[in-house]
Amino acid sequence: MTTTATISSNCPECDAPVSFDRPPLNGQIAHCPDCSAELEVTSREPLTLELAPEVEEDWGE
Amino acid sequence: MRLAMTYTRLRTEERLLLDSFESIGVSIDPIDLRSVVFDPTNPGAWAEYDAVVDRSLSLTNSLTSVRILEGHGIRCVNPVRTIETCADKLLTTIALHGAGIPTPEVRVALEEESGIEAVEQIGYPAVLKPTVGSWGRLVARVNDRDAAEAIIEHRTTLGSVQQGVIYVQEHINKPGRDIRAFVVGNQVVAAIARASEHWVTNTARGASASGLTITDDLRDLGARAAQAVGADICAVDLLEDPERGLMVNEINHSMEFRNSIDTTGVNIPELVAQHVVNVCEGAVSC
Repeated sequence: MTTTATISSNCPECDAPVSFDRPPLNGQIAHCPDCSAELEVTSREPLTLELAPEVEEDWGE
Repeated sequence: MRLAMTYTRLRTEERLLLDSFESIGVSIDPIDLRSVVFDPTNPGAWAEYDAVVDRSLSLTNSLTSVRILEGHGIRCVNPVRTIETCADKLLTTIALHGAGIPTPEVRVALEEESGIEAVEQIGYPAVLKPTVGSWGRLVARVNDRDAAEAIIEHRTTLGSVQQGVIYVQEHINKPGRDIRAFVVGNQVVAAIARASEHWVTNTARGASASGLTITDDLRDLGARAAQAVGADICAVDLLEDPERGLMVNEINHSMEFRNSIDTTGVNIPELVAQHVVNVCEGAVSC
């Protein structure tokens, strides 16, 4: 079944709506279109966005 | 065939990989490592997987999960030996040297005084790097003894114990760019040049990338470097020395490629997905 409903939540930094063109997964990274904050999906139901954590020492390629 | 992809944050790369598996008709379960409790003595549901693709952004999480999964006999891409070797610049140097692959000269020391001697042996300018680290973090070019003394003192005084390992690399007078070769299944499938006015040419530090023709030298060195660290999939960073030609600088076991698909015209994630399938089907080994 496909859905045309907008999948969106609000930016925890500036409250602007952040929308997804398909259901996001936990841990998915998104950017707020208004304030450019880097966000992370921390829950799918209900869709919850939090500010993504700062880069940690052991992150990389 | 059952596949899983482990991750800690789902970036564009991970999403592209999931889409690529889907586009070749293979289902793959995305698993957020942060929600997992491992039993190192019992694979449990993990036993159902033919292979696990590690895409953790955190090196610690990669090493921990892949060590456990390999302990359960599950094929991981990349294998833990590859992750360990690529994550540690000293191990990379040893592996490259052992395979006869040209790489910049290196000295290693364990104390402040011997660290300065190591820099003097390499000569100025020299490059100081943490043995473990990515995206060009804390990489420093030292142009004279004063700078060497200051940086080494800071590292040994302010850094972790690991920062006390002084890894000094010869500075290669590269032509304002370095080269990244993407290797999948022991073949260089794409290459980019990363150019910057700054001497650090990581795209994470603002360098710009452009597509590059794969020369015979690049094809050969990239494949040999991947083989030297036992990588299924990796990005080999190379420097061009004006006299000695191409040298392998570093190898990345969990490469980023989102900005290299359009610039090279190569669908890197789809090649990765196909390679993982080939590994599972026994069509290729590493």
